[in-house]
Amino acid sequence: MIELKNVNKWYDDFHVLKDINLRIETGEKVVVCGPSGSGKSTLIRCINNLEEYQQGEIFVDSIEVQDLQTNIEKLRMDVGMVFQHFNLFPHLSILQNLTIGPMKAKNIPEEEAKKTALKFLDKVKILSEANKYPDQLSGGQKQRVAIARTLCMAPKIILFDEPTSALDPEMVKEVLDVMIDLAKEGMAMICVTHEMGFAKSVADRIIFMDEGRIVEDATPENFFENSTQPRVKEFLSQIL
Amino acid sequence: MLRQLKKKYFIDLGSTLASTFILCIYLFVGWYFFNWLIIDGVWVGDANICKNSSGACVSFLKEKFTFILFGVYPREYLYRPILGIVLLVIGWIHFTKKKNWNNLLFVKFLVLMIIYFVLLSGFGENKVETSKWGGLPLTLLLSIVGVAISYPVGILLALGRTSKQAVPRYLSIVYIELIRGVPLISILFMSSVLIPLFLPDGITINKLFRAQLAIIFFSSAYFAEVVRGGLNSIPKGQWEGAKSIGLNYIQTIKLVILPQALVKVIPPTVNTMIGMFKDTSLVIIIALFDLMGTTKASMTDSKWLGFSVEAYFLCAVIYFIICSRMGRFSKKVEEEFQRSH
Repeated sequence: MIELKNVNKWYDDFHVLKDINLRIETGEKVVVCGPSGSGKSTLIRCINNLEEYQQGEIFVDSIEVQDLQTNIEKLRMDVGMVFQHFNLFPHLSILQNLTIGPMKAKNIPEEEAKKTALKFLDKVKILSEANKYPDQLSGGQKQRVAIARTLCMAPKIILFDEPTSALDPEMVKEVLDVMIDLAKEGMAMICVTHEMGFAKSVADRIIFMDEGRIVEDATPENFFENSTQPRVKEFLSQIL
Repeated sequence: MLRQLKKKYFIDLGSTLASTFILCIYLFVGWYFFNWLIIDGVWVGDANICKNSSGACVSFLKEKFTFILFGVYPREYLYRPILGIVLLVIGWIHFTKKKNWNNLLFVKFLVLMIIYFVLLSGFGENKVETSKWGGLPLTLLLSIVGVAISYPVGILLALGRTSKQAVPRYLSIVYIELIRGVPLISILFMSSVLIPLFLPDGITINKLFRAQLAIIFFSSAYFAEVVRGGLNSIPKGQWEGAKSIGLNYIQTIKLVILPQALVKVIPPTVNTMIGMFKDTSLVIIIALFDLMGTTKASMTDSKWLGFSVEAYFLCAVIYFIICSRMGRFSKKVEEEFQRSH
């Protein structure tokens, strides 16, 4: 469903992504990890065109992301994204945060959009806060709202960009639980995270990046037990 | 009550001294003013009596009140600008109530301004040429129409200037920097002197219209910079959040960015509006008699010479009342939006 071919990206002189080749099948759950500055976030941000790449091709459902013919808004509806800092809209209520996308981008009638929104708010266990504003919620609650906002767009895959990194430790679990539920229901995802417990329990594949390259691409079992890459071993010994 | 007073103003030696000092100044100025206006003021009598008194010549203001407010507008039709101002006041009260802030507001405003314009101009036999318009109705027309057009234009310029596209960005930058680099007076001169020169023979553009254009050109550049400040204060994450759920550029601007950006810059926006309201007084240099113009003209009556203090005083009171209402409104809007967050 997603395919990256020889993708290269530079920030001025800095070569962030180096010859990235990657195929992700429909329904696959992929965890991307690696030291900071290794290009993990940049990689997934290229997939929904929040960042541009200078070389190579990225296909989402065989549509090239940076092709001028591509309807990028439509592509983004299929590729949801959850951010480290939630990026909820502070001037809108929780319910409006969830309905604005379906109503404005997909032209879904308000009643239907609300029904869907309430369904997903219930799913992330935050239904009672529907009429509050983002600033009235805790970080964990905000991130669950952000996940619900993405779900409302009925995406085929969700990109998670360090979804728990900005959270207080006691709130990490409530967000991970929601993500684990989603994974178990078969939602495809690419998740940049340092939560190795999460990676172990849900990932089909773990991708390890270092200095802009994919160094390792393995099943969780092989990744944690049998990796031959010295950088992976070093990384694991530091965080486990 | 007494205790609160003490707590607020006389809590220790320093605050007691400061409060007493300020109170003394208030009393002194108040007493001086009271003497000038009431005790020594001449409320009945002609110019000669006024000249022999040290107080204010209220008779002069009574005599010139209609002229200062309405200029040379034909006296038999005076009810029309009066009605127009009454409508504007009603409109102001209506528009500043939060419950009326909906999509209809714009239509209501447009209708109000059309009625106001038609009231001033009249039609057929009752038509009053714009050259006869003056005083407060003219000041209000220039400022309200000015704000109503230059604020949206300013928003567009700000969006242009922050755009990633080179063409709108450079157009906006050049426009804003050019306009900000020259004084309003010179723009007024240009629009009143240069535009007619460039027009083909036989075509004339109304002087009022030219002044209005100059004011719009000028203030839209200022609004643009105010709005740009608001746009820059919105974190990048808001753009990305909006993009990630499939909103296009226009939807992102309209639904996510502007609603937050404009609210953040309410104080400088109203500041610009107040500045603009007062700047309309510069149209006097192209011989339009706005409130300031009629005030100055009222001093030139040979029967009533030497009462400029009184005339400026009345003018200042009117300006102050209107500006302070705008200031109050700014505060109210800020509070409303803070509450809804």
